[in-house]
Amino acid sequence: MIRFDDVVKRFGDVVVLDELNFSVAPGEFVTLIGPSGSGKTTILRLLMTLEKVTSGQIFVDGECLSHMQRGSRLVPADEKYQRKVRQRIGMVFQQFNLFPNMKVLQNLTEAPIRSLGLSRAEAEERALELLELVGLTEKVNAHPSQLSGGQQQRVAIARALAMRPDMLLLDEVTSALDPELVAGVLALLKDIASSTDITFLCVTHEMNFARDVSDRVLMFDHGQIVEDAVPDKLFSEPDHERTRTFLRAVLERG
Amino acid sequence: MIWDWDYAWEVFPKIVGDGLRTAVVATVLGSLVAYTLGLVLALLRRSPIRVVSGITWAFIEFIRSTPLLVQIFFLFFVLPDIGLTLDPMTTGVIALGLHYATYTAEVYRAGIEAVPPGQWEAATALNLPRRRTWTAVILPQAVPRVLPALGNYTISMLKETPLLLMIGVLEIAGVARQVGSRAFRYVEPVTIAGVLFLVLSLAASLLVRWLERRVRYRN
Repeated sequence: MIRFDDVVKRFGDVVVLDELNFSVAPGEFVTLIGPSGSGKTTILRLLMTLEKVTSGQIFVDGECLSHMQRGSRLVPADEKYQRKVRQRIGMVFQQFNLFPNMKVLQNLTEAPIRSLGLSRAEAEERALELLELVGLTEKVNAHPSQLSGGQQQRVAIARALAMRPDMLLLDEVTSALDPELVAGVLALLKDIASSTDITFLCVTHEMNFARDVSDRVLMFDHGQIVEDAVPDKLFSEPDHERTRTFLRAVLERG
Repeated sequence: MIWDWDYAWEVFPKIVGDGLRTAVVATVLGSLVAYTLGLVLALLRRSPIRVVSGITWAFIEFIRSTPLLVQIFFLFFVLPDIGLTLDPMTTGVIALGLHYATYTAEVYRAGIEAVPPGQWEAATALNLPRRRTWTAVILPQAVPRVLPALGNYTISMLKETPLLLMIGVLEIAGVARQVGSRAFRYVEPVTIAGVLFLVLSLAASLLVRWLERRVRYRN
């Protein structure tokens, strides 16, 4: 489903991702952990086409994100091609990024109508189902500014799901939340992960959640994968010293 | 120099009747041109096509670096040479609008840049078409917060309308001068003109303040 081939990402002289190779199978829940600045979020942003790779290639369902075939030549992807590939991918952000000028309902219907071409009635029906799923039916006519952080993030999750993505990218989705609101959002995500066949790529500092829901955990450091293992193995008996020191530091803190 | 109330009352209706209306019409129409054209310039300035953003930049710098009066003269006296003759009022509205559009373009630019990058990113993640991202996400957030700044340029424009008397459009100051020259008495008409501008500007300032409070409340 997702494949990174020798992906390098540099910001100026800073190497964020260093010849990275990994892949994610359809329906897998893969969590990326590691210290800040290790390149985890950049992976999600590259997939969402919010950043461009410096070199290497990313494939989504066998189609390259950055280049497309024209005749026999490989040329940089144009907007139309990118829109098609992007269609399968959804993203939930640390800062929610709801549209503050729209009510909750329009936040959920805007893209399905304008991007997928759904009718207003279809989009609204889908939106109401999703609001029920995230437990916010009564907020349908509220503005984002009237919601708590946890509620905003639930709406953002519903908004991403409204596009029926095959793949959902979760970028530290509970990091900006008050501690007492974190559990609810994580429980919701666990629920969605177990009841759908969406592929998840998740960056988080919530180690218990990662251990609980992931099929696989990738430990990152300095733009490279240090360790790639099932959660029980990685959290209980990691092979690498770097993973051990990282986990010890995180667990002591939290 | 004594104040003659009878004379003042005699000229007051004329200054208010002809002058005030012309000043307000020129300012309102000029502002509409400035608000629309300014937005267009701000968007062209951001164009990924180098030539387009470059030409827009040059145009903005050119208009800003030359006096409004020269631009008025150019439109009124030079354009007819290439077969484009506009009546004085139209010329005035276009000149004011064009001149101030280069300033409102900067205001819009600041407003657009103040929209958090996360909004663009969310629009990309949702695959919203580019045009729709502008009309439904970015501009509805950018424009309301710059309304007070736009309003301030309308107030400035109002105070520049007397320049139009150079091409025969008589607004408050123009009518005052005309009336004064007929009776060889300027104290009353010119004072009345000044007070009218003061009242208009103050009223408009209050409106802008009120807008500012509303915008701050909404954010």
